[in-house]
Amino acid sequence: MTQAQVQETANIPAQAEEPGIRKWWEYFTFNTDHKVIGIQYLVSTFIFYCIGGAMADLVRTELRTPEVDFVTPEVYNSLFTLHATIMIFLWIVPAGAGFTNYVLPLMIGAKDMAFPRLNALAFWIVPPAGLMLIASLAVGDAPDAGWTSYPPLSLVTGQVGEGIWIMSVLLLGTSSILGAINFLVTLLKMRTPGLGFNQLPLFCWAAFATSALVLVSTPVLAAGLILLAFDLFAGTTFFNPTGGGDPVVYQHMFWFYSHPAVYIMILPFFGVISEVIPVHSRKPIFGYKAIAYSSLAISFLGLIVWAHHMFTSGIPGWLRMFFMITTMIIAVPTGIKIFSWMGTLWGGKLHLERPALLFAIGFVGTFVIGGISGVMLAAVPFDIHVHDTYFVVAHLHYVLFGGSVLGIYAGFYHWFPKMTGRMLNNFWGQVHFVLTIVGLNMTFLPMHKLGMLGMNRRVAQYDPKFTLLNEICTYGAYILAVSTLPFIVNVIWSWMYGPKAGNNPWKALTLEWMTTSPPAIENFDKPPVLATGPYDYGLEKAKEGVPLSDADPAVSAGPNSVLRAEPDEPYPSIAAEKGER
Amino acid sequence: MSQQTIDPAKTALNYHHTAEAAAHHEEHPDYRLFGLIVFLIAEGMIFMGLFGAYLAFRSTLPAWPPEGTPELELLLPGINTINLISSSFVIHNADTAIKKNNVRGMQMWFAITAVMGIIFLAGQMYEYYHLEFGLTTNLFASAFFVLTGFHGLHVTIGVLAILAVLWRSLKPGHYSKEKHFGIEAAEIYWHFVDVIWIILFGLLYIL
Repeated sequence: MTQAQVQETANIPAQAEEPGIRKWWEYFTFNTDHKVIGIQYLVSTFIFYCIGGAMADLVRTELRTPEVDFVTPEVYNSLFTLHATIMIFLWIVPAGAGFTNYVLPLMIGAKDMAFPRLNALAFWIVPPAGLMLIASLAVGDAPDAGWTSYPPLSLVTGQVGEGIWIMSVLLLGTSSILGAINFLVTLLKMRTPGLGFNQLPLFCWAAFATSALVLVSTPVLAAGLILLAFDLFAGTTFFNPTGGGDPVVYQHMFWFYSHPAVYIMILPFFGVISEVIPVHSRKPIFGYKAIAYSSLAISFLGLIVWAHHMFTSGIPGWLRMFFMITTMIIAVPTGIKIFSWMGTLWGGKLHLERPALLFAIGFVGTFVIGGISGVMLAAVPFDIHVHDTYFVVAHLHYVLFGGSVLGIYAGFYHWFPKMTGRMLNNFWGQVHFVLTIVGLNMTFLPMHKLGMLGMNRRVAQYDPKFTLLNEICTYGAYILAVSTLPFIVNVIWSWMYGPKAGNNPWKALTLEWMTTSPPAIENFDKPPVLATGPYDYGLEKAKEGVPLSDADPAVSAGPNSVLRAEPDEPYPSIAAEKGER
Repeated sequence: MSQQTIDPAKTALNYHHTAEAAAHHEEHPDYRLFGLIVFLIAEGMIFMGLFGAYLAFRSTLPAWPPEGTPELELLLPGINTINLISSSFVIHNADTAIKKNNVRGMQMWFAITAVMGIIFLAGQMYEYYHLEFGLTTNLFASAFFVLTGFHGLHVTIGVLAILAVLWRSLKPGHYSKEKHFGIEAAEIYWHFVDVIWIILFGLLYIL
């Protein structure tokens, strides 16, 4: 079908207005449209990422030499505390919420979130909470007990800073609970007719697993922080051993949230990668159900393994054994995902010039390294050996930077044409990718070695024998800082002057590409009708548009039905089977 | 290539306030109820966290309550418990009434529930005032005040929600047989607060 015929069939005016284009200031005002809120999330969290990254570079600058010569130890403590808090609570978790906000209603053919005003509220909690946290530096009493805020240390480091920390984390937790309620209700109640659970895009499955996890675990952290606040301000002794309290109870409550939180931080990006890889390698996803159900398995297992962060805090031996075994079991569903992605890439027609796919492949590679060091840390004896050393720092940065952050970038390059209606520049995206991968590995790979040699984390001063490796890490961190520059310039320039993207530049099959770019308010004129499964790339039936739902055929052929992309690039092995090669 | 018809009129920013948008949400009548239940799961998990912490503190200390803690009186909290449990039955009558389009009956039952809730709060205040220990006396006392206080906060929110529904119901036709989600929501929240109190009462006073 030619473009003109398609337009005739679909009753599209030849000179269609650009319905989704907004003025820039609309993104900075109160709005209930899920697309605006999604972009608000992504932009504001990226600003927090830059602030947190600057703090990380200050920390690394201090660690370039063994002596304390750049900042005072007190400021150093505040810097690494704020760096971790910002990166976790103000960058990765809300960035996942940003993607979910933007993409989830589009993917399920809904007009908006179930509770649009609640959605806006959930977003507008984030910037004030973040600004409060950063403003604590100006007060001169910034939180400096580490992002875990373990009592009794956190009870003696200063009431103002610790109070600010508790307040912001409680607010951000509230925001993510409100978001999760919205996502769950939207996903379960507002799918377009005929969209069954087994036809959902994998990103939606990931959003479902993440939201369930947020809902169950975040309130427990809130309870722990309420008790901690009473200890701090009201003179109770819940976590203070001098008054008969038990600090280990805080650790249990903290990690009951914060261990699942690592899955809250990685699961949405598992979903993103599951979207990016099939689209840009033009192949059906390998093992759809395996990926979907392993997300649920990860959420369940993630809830019952929290105490593996506490192997050295004096918990009984049988408990350590239980948590060691369950932690190692998580490697199974995670491995299923990794192999499914590799099976999808295998033999696909890879568009390696597109940064989205590059970042997705980078994600798979670095995440595997982080996952392997995670299994090592799950083993009790090894964990005791490297406890509180740079090995742990290396592991968590491979998972959170090499996993989540690369996932954010992959999703950003993938959905940018949908969000703005314009294409990003591929070349600068490739530069961004190379710099990021080089910087990432240069910064965090030597930390494994440092940790095994016994360099402690959270110290401003160290044995001079670690100098060389630390210098490498520091220069890697500088490369990482530089790597964001091509990205920022590329995004701003392309948003203003980039080439027009069209509605479906990647020829993708999920529903968000079946509307204009950017989508108009309320997304779809009529509930879209499914013509194919979400990942039928290069298959014969995608060409014909076989309805998978029992919807009225007259509707699916009618003027407002959704037309599927033609698979202009057939899946190679299918073409070969038919002797077309 | 794949595109849809576009209505430029839909670019209006205030689209969410149009009748069409409202009609869209009417297509999904049960989503608000589901949202409330999901919210209450999160609320319940805060209490589960507090209960778990309470049990953990209890298990680490040799004697519970710690030596020298004055005995808790059971009479007043017992009456309060009966009061709160019966209020759950009272508020259920409001739901039955509105399903028969009986707005006056609904208002009466809601008013009675609100009074019972206020009596509960007053009883709790009275109990606090006459207790022989304070917030910082020992771990048990701290946990007692934090748990009952946090529950009391929820009762207060419940009473306020009931009063808000009552205020809205003064406008004729605001609630009807078909349209009474506010009433249902207040009722479910009230049941939730009641269930939490039963667990709390068992943990703090009896166990």
